[in-house]
Amino acid sequence: MIERARELLASGEVNRVLAWEKGENDFDRTPAVFTADNVDSLVYDGLCGPNLSKYLVGEMEKEGKILVFLKPCDSYSYNQLATEHRIDLEKVVPIAVGCRGKIDVEKLRAKGIKGILSVTEDGDKLLVKTLYGDAVVENRKEVLLDKCLACKGKEHVVECEVIGESEDTTEGDKFGIVAKLEAMTPDERFAFWRGELSKCIRCNACRNVCPACSCVKCVFDNPNTGVANKAAADDFEENMFHIIRAFHVAGRCTDCGECSRVCPQHIPLHLLNRKFIKDINEIYGGYQAGAEIGQRHPLENFDKGDCEPSVVHVRGGARK
Amino acid sequence: MKKISLNALGALFAKIASTMKLYAPIEKAGQVDFYEWNESEKVRLDVLKTVKSAKDVFFPQVEDLLKFRVEGKSIEMNEAPKCEDDFVVFGVRGCDARSFELLDRVFLVDPRDEFYAARRAHGIIVTLACGAPEESCFCTNFGIDPANPGGDASAWIVGEELYIEPHTERGAALIADLEDADASSVEAAKKEISAIAERLPFANLDLTGFDGEHLMEKFDDPAWERLSKACLGCGTCTFVCPTCQCYDIRDFDTGHGVTRYRCWDSCMYSDFTLMAAENSRHTQLQRFRQRFMHKLVYFPSNNDGLYSCVGCGRCVAKCPQNLNIVKVIKALGGKKA
Repeated sequence: MIERARELLASGEVNRVLAWEKGENDFDRTPAVFTADNVDSLVYDGLCGPNLSKYLVGEMEKEGKILVFLKPCDSYSYNQLATEHRIDLEKVVPIAVGCRGKIDVEKLRAKGIKGILSVTEDGDKLLVKTLYGDAVVENRKEVLLDKCLACKGKEHVVECEVIGESEDTTEGDKFGIVAKLEAMTPDERFAFWRGELSKCIRCNACRNVCPACSCVKCVFDNPNTGVANKAAADDFEENMFHIIRAFHVAGRCTDCGECSRVCPQHIPLHLLNRKFIKDINEIYGGYQAGAEIGQRHPLENFDKGDCEPSVVHVRGGARK
Repeated sequence: MKKISLNALGALFAKIASTMKLYAPIEKAGQVDFYEWNESEKVRLDVLKTVKSAKDVFFPQVEDLLKFRVEGKSIEMNEAPKCEDDFVVFGVRGCDARSFELLDRVFLVDPRDEFYAARRAHGIIVTLACGAPEESCFCTNFGIDPANPGGDASAWIVGEELYIEPHTERGAALIADLEDADASSVEAAKKEISAIAERLPFANLDLTGFDGEHLMEKFDDPAWERLSKACLGCGTCTFVCPTCQCYDIRDFDTGHGVTRYRCWDSCMYSDFTLMAAENSRHTQLQRFRQRFMHKLVYFPSNNDGLYSCVGCGRCVAKCPQNLNIVKVIKALGGKKA
């Protein structure tokens, strides 16, 4: 990858590269923009969880083309942002990179591994060095990010050069957890979401990282709207924020899972979005946001086959 | 020195809570934060770091300050009540305990913040030594000893026992009924903690040059561009930080009056410095730089060289894109420009 990036920089086809670099901890990976001077510090491995697509929005104001490396799931966000005209395809050179699922360091910690100093991959094994001795995780699939448990497959939906092989990391039904929530009684489900959402500290990390949250100025950041709530008026307001945000991105959410990855309180926010995706699939037929550029999603589209709103309301309305 | 079996802690908590409020690290939906204790709550003293720091107890994320009520042509004003009763915060780590002293330098100087001052006057702090410091910890750079965390009383977990040493009369009164204990096993535990603290990857950060004299050199350093590049502009680092103290005061229209409240604000947010004329910070680089300049340059130059960081490492562990103060110190520290 570094070699290819260096070639493209040298030929002048691009003048910068959006990829990942190492952070302060050996296992930290941070999105970064490289030029020919520092492209050697580019890193790509099983720890590169962050989705880079949204960073392209900020890069569009600059001169020249940018090279971006896209994992298969990031390519959906890329297409969705292109559909919404938030990225200009003329200014980007995408290259698809292989992915076999990304490691969630928090899940290593949840296994009781403390004081992690480094994480090394050895096939399916992970060797973890810590302050308190070394640990081995036999199968890396045990500690993949939640988003990798609902992998959209190894296919890159952006047509471009591909470097490396990918693997589908989903085992079983990606809507299984949603189905479990649906099977709860309304009271149980309410209690589940109240418990989860009440941990919210309203840091807005979920919103800021979300490729579907691409409004130039969020209504909640604008003091002139009268709804810019820096503090909750009551203990349900944070809960409402997430529910409203899920509605706002419904149909455009590609299920990239960044919201849950970044949440400091580990709220499974992606499940709200996935519930909407499941509903859209059931009511309007299968739909994947970002599968191709220029799609109209079912909630902003109409065709004669759409079921009636009353059918949507009572559910189970079969498409004609 | 006193001791109590970990199994008997519930009884101690119940006894304390029978006369005053008790806050402790409590697990809710899988995450641990400081909440008010009651018998049904699950206390997690084994968890090193709560997600948010313990500062909430003295400086809550949201609090009402004043209520206006309009009736006809009269306006009634009522100040929100201040804390009047003693309360206990149990299980505060050494880093968070130091953060209260830093917050005091902001809230207890003129003009004194009476809401904060009342809580500080009534709060009894029982600290807990850090049995197993994490890789993100770097408190020792700021003269904090994770083996001797201070407060009104300090506790150490050794095996199945909790040892407590009081430092003040209020601390001693809390644990007066517990059995006396020999301090030798605690001394051994302290040595172990200190040995780990020395091996921490961020144990020896070079803070040379972070002072008022080098303010402009630090401010103008070209490294900020690269350091801030991936910043999402979310408020995670500021909200989990024990020393971030910036707040906003706003009015909530109740329909028949106004509730004036204070809430945490974040210098990472685009409206943080929004004024009538304009916003003095236009870019995320400027906002990002502000946060670290405040902690490492402005605060110490106004407060006898004390940094506004306690090395708790929450920003290190929680930043979604792995930006943090350690990265800034390593990039800009160790040089006098």
